[in-house]
Amino acid sequence: MRAYTPKDDVQAKSYYTDRFYVAPQVPKQDVLSDEVFTADLEAIKAKFEVLEAYIQVEQMVVYINAKDNVDVIKLVKEELDYTQLSEMSAIDWIAKSGQFEIFYQMLSMGKRKRIRIKCFISKDEAINSVEKLFRCADWSEREMYDMFGIEVNNHPFLKRILMPYDWEGYPLLKTYPLEGDEFAAWYEVDKIFGKEARDIIGPEIRDTARVDRYDSERFGRLGHEVPKGTKITGNEPKTPLAYQEEGGVFLIDRFDEEKSVIITDRNR
Amino acid sequence: MQHQNRLRPFFENITFDRDDNEMILNFGPQHPSAHGQLRLMLHLQQEMITKAHPDIGYLHRGMEKMAENMIYNEFMPTTDRMDYIASSSNNYGFALAVEKLIGLEVPRRAKVIRMLLLEINRLMSHLFWLATTALDIGAMTVFLFAFREREYLMDLIEDYCGARLTHAAIRIGGVPLDLPDNFIADLRRFLDKLPENIKDYEDLLDTNRIWRMRMEGVGVISKEMALSWGCTGPMLRASGVAWDIRKEEPYELYSEVEFKVPVSDKGDNFARYRIYMEEMRQSAHILYQVADMYEETIKNNQTDLMAHAPKYISAPKIDIMTQNYSLMQHFVLVTQGMRPPVGEVYIPTESPKGELGYYINSQGGPYPYRLKLRAPSFWHTGILTDLLPGHYIPDVVSIIGTTNIVFGEVDR
Repeated sequence: MRAYTPKDDVQAKSYYTDRFYVAPQVPKQDVLSDEVFTADLEAIKAKFEVLEAYIQVEQMVVYINAKDNVDVIKLVKEELDYTQLSEMSAIDWIAKSGQFEIFYQMLSMGKRKRIRIKCFISKDEAINSVEKLFRCADWSEREMYDMFGIEVNNHPFLKRILMPYDWEGYPLLKTYPLEGDEFAAWYEVDKIFGKEARDIIGPEIRDTARVDRYDSERFGRLGHEVPKGTKITGNEPKTPLAYQEEGGVFLIDRFDEEKSVIITDRNR
Repeated sequence: MQHQNRLRPFFENITFDRDDNEMILNFGPQHPSAHGQLRLMLHLQQEMITKAHPDIGYLHRGMEKMAENMIYNEFMPTTDRMDYIASSSNNYGFALAVEKLIGLEVPRRAKVIRMLLLEINRLMSHLFWLATTALDIGAMTVFLFAFREREYLMDLIEDYCGARLTHAAIRIGGVPLDLPDNFIADLRRFLDKLPENIKDYEDLLDTNRIWRMRMEGVGVISKEMALSWGCTGPMLRASGVAWDIRKEEPYELYSEVEFKVPVSDKGDNFARYRIYMEEMRQSAHILYQVADMYEETIKNNQTDLMAHAPKYISAPKIDIMTQNYSLMQHFVLVTQGMRPPVGEVYIPTESPKGELGYYINSQGGPYPYRLKLRAPSFWHTGILTDLLPGHYIPDVVSIIGTTNIVFGEVDR
């Protein structure tokens, strides 16, 4: 019987895990162990609901409700001095709970502290844009939309950014295979020549190391080149290395493999 | 039968002549001064840009997706392909993030060698920046001068790890090799000459009328705009924010070396140029100190190059070849990969271009569950949307030059 592979997460899996292996945790500290973070968390808690908060690897992580995201980031930016949004993106938890986790990585240069504000949205939900607070979110949110298909409300220009505009599927979803889906495999062929050319052109060869010794048209026969279309017997003489026309070029010597030197000493 | 040729370009979104006399110009993606694969759609009134729309993604290789399907050590050479002008910086950022996730302490000599590599990479990157930007503006001599020095540095790196561009010279938990015998002597010889070389570049550029006209007062980024757009590195420091992660949140041995952080409040192209030049001097200053540190580690007989953590890091080669348990560990770590604890980290480092951050979410498996690459150039490209309007066409080239964007990093 073939081994069962889950369809909701097609990424690489460890082929062996000890039955009794319990993964250790990166230690989490209480927010109270740091004065600056305690004050920041109090300020957020005073106005918004905080689901969870802890310190991990010297940065505070705060979980909030997704509907508060703009207001919390506004508060954090304007009152708590977190003046830069370093990064934001999403994590796909659809296989586990049907949700996306969205994180905003913020930096306070005055306090030399970094916090991460996180929230969950369900698969079909949209998130509000923070582009009005940080211009850099314009591109980050586009990237998030491009990679996960998460819709962003009030975004000025929500279009794909890295993938082509007419792409189908969202590459960073766990359901999207690494080698791409059928659309990805035939994208260029469909677009340039049409679907009817698929049979003529054939699938792409993904093995980069493949050398066809009977192929007289590509690079497989380096050093033993033959004219295009020649039938290959396997006894072709070695092509001498020569990079110039027979007559030579004015002022430039013809390259001669025999006379060439390999320089090994930099200080020569 | 004649097939319809679908390769023929179509211009449904590019109009060359409209009622309001606006011209829409397509700049790139193949343009010598686009520094890679940048496509810009520029709306023009006469020669003035009214609207700019950078279009990226021509070098997108899906590195974040690849990371989710690779064991941690496997991903290291892939990071080289981000900012390929200074690839050790990318290796280092990733190694540091995984080390923080595991909670690993790296031996002193490995740290010193990493510092050397990082600063050599910074010099390489800044020299490359100077060369290409000067060439874009028309200063061919500077290009040749700067590439001469960069060549020397690439030879140094080649002496160390055998590669010139994609080094993969740093491992999670340390460095793979000790420095070759004459490395420090060669480095010192280079550093002794570097001030003269920088002086040469400055003599050619600082009072050059064309250079100043193309640079001064062009591409002014205000402090607010730089912060809002997530600018980091020289882009931020040229706009009056004294923020260098090496200084403010020191990692590795940056707390032990003495250096200055150049800042300017002008925010224009010329300010950025001055900052790059000054940073090169500071890097040289750091390298002198680190070279001394390396000699100290020899004196103190600190020979370890990799951290000792059998659960995550393979033992030294000699143990693998002689000790049964080390060999078993090595086999498991190579075939299955290390399994960092469950948790997440975001680790920023100061790469030559700005803040290079690695966000890793680990679920205890040998593959990262999510890895987000925070590449500085991504936002330094985004800022062109707001920066270019109001400038003229020739300014586009000098502005793109001074933003120092590298498309391996923008598109990942």
